[in-house]
Amino acid sequence: MSEIDLATAKKIANLSRLKMDDAELDTRAASLTGIIKWVEQLQEVDTDNIEPLANVVNTELVLRKDEVTDGGYADKVLKNAPEETQDFFVVPKVVE
Amino acid sequence: MSDLTTLTITDALKGLESKDFSAVELTQAHIDAMATAKNLNAYITETPEIALEQAKASDARRAGGGAKLLDGIPLAIKDLFCTRGVQTTAASKILEGFVPTYESTVTSNLFEDGAVMLGKTNMDEFAMGSANTTSHFGNVINPWTREGDDTPLVPGGSSGGSAAAVAARIAMGATGTDTGGSIRQPASLTGIVGIKPTYGRCSRWGAVAFASSLDHPGSFGRTVEDAALILQSMSGHDPKDATSAKQDVPDFAAAASGYIKGMKIGIPDEYRIDGMPEEIEKLWQQGIEWIKEAGAEPVKISLPHTKYALPAYYIIAPAEASSNLSRYDGVRYGLRVEGESLDDMYALTRAEGFGDEVKRRIMIGTYVLSAGYYDAYYIKAQKVRRVILNDFVEAFKQCDAILTPTAPSSAFAIGENEDDPIKMYLNDVFTVTGNLAGLPGISIPGGVDAQGLPLGLQITGRVWDEETVIKIAANIERAANFTALPQTLAKAAA
Repeated sequence: MSEIDLATAKKIANLSRLKMDDAELDTRAASLTGIIKWVEQLQEVDTDNIEPLANVVNTELVLRKDEVTDGGYADKVLKNAPEETQDFFVVPKVVE
Repeated sequence: MSDLTTLTITDALKGLESKDFSAVELTQAHIDAMATAKNLNAYITETPEIALEQAKASDARRAGGGAKLLDGIPLAIKDLFCTRGVQTTAASKILEGFVPTYESTVTSNLFEDGAVMLGKTNMDEFAMGSANTTSHFGNVINPWTREGDDTPLVPGGSSGGSAAAVAARIAMGATGTDTGGSIRQPASLTGIVGIKPTYGRCSRWGAVAFASSLDHPGSFGRTVEDAALILQSMSGHDPKDATSAKQDVPDFAAAASGYIKGMKIGIPDEYRIDGMPEEIEKLWQQGIEWIKEAGAEPVKISLPHTKYALPAYYIIAPAEASSNLSRYDGVRYGLRVEGESLDDMYALTRAEGFGDEVKRRIMIGTYVLSAGYYDAYYIKAQKVRRVILNDFVEAFKQCDAILTPTAPSSAFAIGENEDDPIKMYLNDVFTVTGNLAGLPGISIPGGVDAQGLPLGLQITGRVWDEETVIKIAANIERAANFTALPQTLAKAAA
């Protein structure tokens, strides 16, 4: 399962939202295959009955009252937007 | 190089207090030094006006008797920390021109303590790299060179600009972040001290995210005490970061004068790797002698899964990065490249805005998280992460801290290790375990190799026990008496 071919690389690039031509995908496929083969050495480790560790923090999640504590400054939120109008971000048209 | 730029932070604070010089003079001396060290490319954005304004305010505070922990001390801030009103790029084209409207918790804490910001330092793009060669704003040059050889060397990475700035005396200290070794490895390659605290000690709020469960803000200084002082200011619980811990912050700087008599220091066999230069092995043995002379006892320990840390990291870190970096979509901030459709705009923006290594990691992460591969790669890596943590839990039953080399080599030339990404990844072989386990670690300069380049030793401690790590490091620091200077500074001083 470790060989990443052109079709797989294309699929990953699309899921990653990275535009790439076939020449770049070809180079990427080879490089990714090398790394994936290298990480597969993890299969040697016996992990039966081991729980996955997502984060070393084992404190409980903190809860707070569900109320508005912040906000009301659309101008700040939009300050770095490439395009904005009337307190909204502007995106290319998505509905015909 | 003026005398003021060669002071330690501790001495500078004494000088400020006894009115030998003002914060404005101290800051101006650093701004002048920065102008003569542009070739290092250590800063992406310099902020001399802000620095002088902060220094002036600091002098006023001190005159009024209200000086704080770091009052008037000029520091460099890694360009991963958001700073209100000052461009913050993460060294990426995609964030070029991004000016935050808010301040990261870490920089807020430093400014609250009176620190002065000289500028935002260069780094590997999104902190992905070990040589500071992936920045959109160019490579950082290590102030150190090999004896009789002018070839520019890398400062390590990802916090290469911060490390180079502190080593070159164009900042008294600096902030960094460490996801796989990004504070400790550059500290080792530039002959300074770098601390990565326990995960949760410093808030990540307002720090541009790379791999959230592995990202640790931390500090650089030229002495253990200096680095400890900065860390002390940066630390503390922050309700804005759900992983920030409710832990009291000890007097880290005071720990630097502590004794280590009777402590047990673990020496793991597994950190002896193929191809490691003999000089690093020699320095490690020297380190063991130094801790013995200080009254501590070296004990043999085993961390049997060490070799699996790096491959586990290169699944977990890219997986988290691919999620974190999905926010760069050309809509809310940063670069936008127009396309025929929304999807097209996303893909064109990201193709144009991200560099080669960042794209590689996003793709690895996307692959290991994709349907059909999630269990085989991502869950497997998380299980190995627990196995590695368990290794440390077992080891700490026999010892109080662990002594190892920091990095498998000294500084290398720009372009070296670039032919194969895995070669570059191997730079973090000794540091990455500490990120997976969230443990506090420090790198301190131990000596120089035959080429005159600095080599670091690493101390790793128990969770929340930075004080022991700092104590041991300070004892090694006293024994090592590392006084070598980067060649450019040594020439100026002669």
